[in-house]
Amino acid sequence: MPQENDQQNYPQKKEKHEARRDFLKQSSAMMALALTPPLVMKAAQHDEAIAGIFEKMPLSLEINGKKVQLSVEPRVTLLDLLREQLQLTGTKKGCDHGQCGACTVHVNGQRINSCLTLAVMQEGKKITTIEGIANGDQLHPVQEAFIKHDGFQCGYCTPGQIMSAVACIREGHAGSPTEIREFMSGNICRCGAYDNIVNAIMDVKQGGTAV
Amino acid sequence: MKKQQTGQSMDRVDGRLKVTGGAKYFADHHLPDMLYAALVCSPITSGTISSINATKALKAPGVQDVVSHLNAPPVPGYKNAEAGAKDGLKIFKDNRIYSNGQPVAVVVANTLERAVYAASLVEVQYNQETHHTDMNASMNKAFQNNRMKDYLRGEADAWKKAPVTVDATYTIPLEVHNPMELGGIIAHWDTPDTLVLYAKTQGVKNVQDTMKKLFQLPEQNITVHSEFVGGGFGMALRVWPMEVATILAAKKIRKPVKLMLTREQMFTLVGYRPNATQQLSLGATADGKLTGITHEAVAITSPYEDFTEGIVAMSKFMYACTNVNTRYQLVPLNMSTPVWMRGPGEATGAFALESAIDELADKLHMDPLQLRVLNHADTDPERNLPFSSKYLKEAYLLGAEKIGWANRNAVPRSLQENGMLVGYGMSSGTFGAYRGKATVSATLKSDGSLVLQSAASDIGPGTATAMVQIAADVTGIQASKIKFMLGESRYPFAPQQGGSSTVSTVGSAVTDACQALLQKLASLGISGPDFKGAEQEVTVTATSQAGKERDQYSMYSFSVHFTKVHVHPATGVVRIQHIVSVADAGTIVNTKTARSQMIGGVVGGIGMALTEEAILDHRFGRFVNNNYADYHVPVNADTPPTDVYFINKKDPYINPMGAKGMGEIALIGFAAAVSNAVYNATGKRVRDLPITPDKVLDNKGNQPWKVENKMTT
Ligand code: FES
Ligand code: FES
Repeated sequence: MPQENDQQNYPQKKEKHEARRDFLKQSSAMMALALTPPLVMKAAQHDEAIAGIFEKMPLSLEINGKKVQLSVEPRVTLLDLLREQLQLTGTKKGCDHGQCGACTVHVNGQRINSCLTLAVMQEGKKITTIEGIANGDQLHPVQEAFIKHDGFQCGYCTPGQIMSAVACIREGHAGSPTEIREFMSGNICRCGAYDNIVNAIMDVKQGGTAV
Repeated sequence: MKKQQTGQSMDRVDGRLKVTGGAKYFADHHLPDMLYAALVCSPITSGTISSINATKALKAPGVQDVVSHLNAPPVPGYKNAEAGAKDGLKIFKDNRIYSNGQPVAVVVANTLERAVYAASLVEVQYNQETHHTDMNASMNKAFQNNRMKDYLRGEADAWKKAPVTVDATYTIPLEVHNPMELGGIIAHWDTPDTLVLYAKTQGVKNVQDTMKKLFQLPEQNITVHSEFVGGGFGMALRVWPMEVATILAAKKIRKPVKLMLTREQMFTLVGYRPNATQQLSLGATADGKLTGITHEAVAITSPYEDFTEGIVAMSKFMYACTNVNTRYQLVPLNMSTPVWMRGPGEATGAFALESAIDELADKLHMDPLQLRVLNHADTDPERNLPFSSKYLKEAYLLGAEKIGWANRNAVPRSLQENGMLVGYGMSSGTFGAYRGKATVSATLKSDGSLVLQSAASDIGPGTATAMVQIAADVTGIQASKIKFMLGESRYPFAPQQGGSSTVSTVGSAVTDACQALLQKLASLGISGPDFKGAEQEVTVTATSQAGKERDQYSMYSFSVHFTKVHVHPATGVVRIQHIVSVADAGTIVNTKTARSQMIGGVVGGIGMALTEEAILDHRFGRFVNNNYADYHVPVNADTPPTDVYFINKKDPYINPMGAKGMGEIALIGFAAAVSNAVYNATGKRVRDLPITPDKVLDNKGNQPWKVENKMTT
């Protein structure tokens, strides 16, 4: 086994910094900058603090049936917008890289990983999160089934599992346990509640209630 | 007579919160003026920091501070350490780098994005030194401390004289707990000497105690909240340096600071199951009586702490054998410190022992089930004591019946289904059944409802639910009118949730508190079933702990795992078709949550057996697969239907409920049940986890597909 270190010098992280300023200079999305006096523009290229002021974009979304008008930085993911700015913390972060499904929400009825999409890309769309699927005090049938079949332990993956499960049924991918296992494999459960999750989904599917 | 609650499959009391997104995990809390932290971590694996330039980061929008060893507030508790004592990484104390990914600075800003970006602007220079991350290349550094003395019963290495022997090396890779919830903390100094934490922890009192020592504050100045924890599996059994770093940043800035780790950082900052190599040697008479067991293990640890666990423990008492010797050593590497991971030690050791038993059965031409029954330890041979309860033989027979063990053919490669090689395997597992000390307060409200409080934690098994059931049985109060509150440091003391001991420890205190409450109520003339009539609340507090029964009996839980696997003959891919797990865990308080715990352990076991391995590039000392896409935890499609059975017989001595632990035995031994089934299917013995197709097909060491049935004489 090689034991000698590769004594390389680690490059300083200047490049990213400069790349970002170039982006500020060039981006056509930065309408604010185009309308800004040249002096400020120049300052923005040299001072990150001033640059920060120009970095927000208007965004309108419908979240759990409510229209919201927001102003967000383009780099904010939908997940972080929900959790950190709107305090809709039911949606969880498990990896931030689209690998675990904890952040699953519905966008215009489709399940997506909210960590893998920027909030500004959802302009005008309808977002449904775990907080939005019950009907008031009346739980959604999939929520009921998760309780009945104990489709969780710690509960951290559960919002994502439930959002995914609802979509899985609506997509017509809940025909058999094997099919469910396949189409629910984007949602990791480290507590290993898979058997119970499959039973919960089968129960709802066989119950025939509209989801 | 009211229906007994214990033994029912009651729905979880916190189920509704969990399915609606209402359950608040540490990172779901928002404090006024809260700031976000991002870590700058070391890209080198050994050496020192020569300079940190934070100028650019500090200029970035929203950045409040960059905290490092250069400017962190002092930690009074660091001073207590003796020079050279191996007592942990003192984060931000000096410029030494012990392992890759060690936090070097915390960048704090007013949004998450700004903190993360600014962290990329911090310029750090290092002096690199030679590092060591490869255990095999560092075996010459193996050592023992006084917690890991050699064990000898009878004659050492007696196996060598036996007519039939097994002598094999078993290795397990480094595994990472990887709970779904990322690590981190919210830290807030309410005043310069009162600290409030929202933590991801398996023990709020433990966190409080650590802070008490580090910051030399009275207990009442430290508040730890941790009501919901998104899994732990051991990684949240201690306070980690990254948490202290955040607390220091919050102290310096005087505002609440939230840190949430990245998935990559979960591999370097919050422990792992250490990789280990084990030599397991067995000797037996020609008719299968064990005459010698020798078990030697070497595992890794960090440069600054000796992490030990029970790797060789099971070999000492699992089988009736006169001659047993064990040895356990550690190799320090430039790695962070390992920590107990589900079935700590025993899961590692059981893979070796239970695989070797299967190998021995094969050499003896004996059914491995029969061999285990033949060598069953009726009393504990290590402590020379009776077991408090042991229904292992029943568990063997029940599991064998349920998996269809009779269908197994001892000759490998003799069964096929749909073009797949079919194999059956079995193993056993065991873990100490503990009972610690805990205090519970019980309050009867004037409406007849009961509120119980204890600083216990719940990482998922359903603690509050089980406690409500226990309290319902003692008091006769309806379960729906009982509330069990946990996860707060200001509640009465309870130990960490670890070692499968919560139901035993806290359940006993619930029992005692409820009984004390009934007595008190009786003295006030208030009686059941509805306990109405109290003018005001009545509260009692009771502390409960084990007595001398623990000196009179050996207390262990036992599990038995059976698997049926399919192996693709051309690709070597292993698919588990059916699993039967049987637990001898005493009284089952809640059959629904207990089953969930068992299937959860099995899923962890599938990962250990087939997919999980954190891979280091030793040239750099870095993990190469530090994410969920490359470190494969089992997904839904990897898991077959699992049948769980409970012996469900009360342990008469351990605690008032008769409940032994279950979290660990759910996983312990499972990997061996898979490797034994793979051998049965293919004739290929894989002694190196995980059992990936390359190893199944590999013909180094073993002839693939060739039956090993030579008798050693
Ligand atoms: S957090 Fe989005 S997939 Fe893991
Ligand atoms: S319930 Fe804990 S990760 Fe799924």
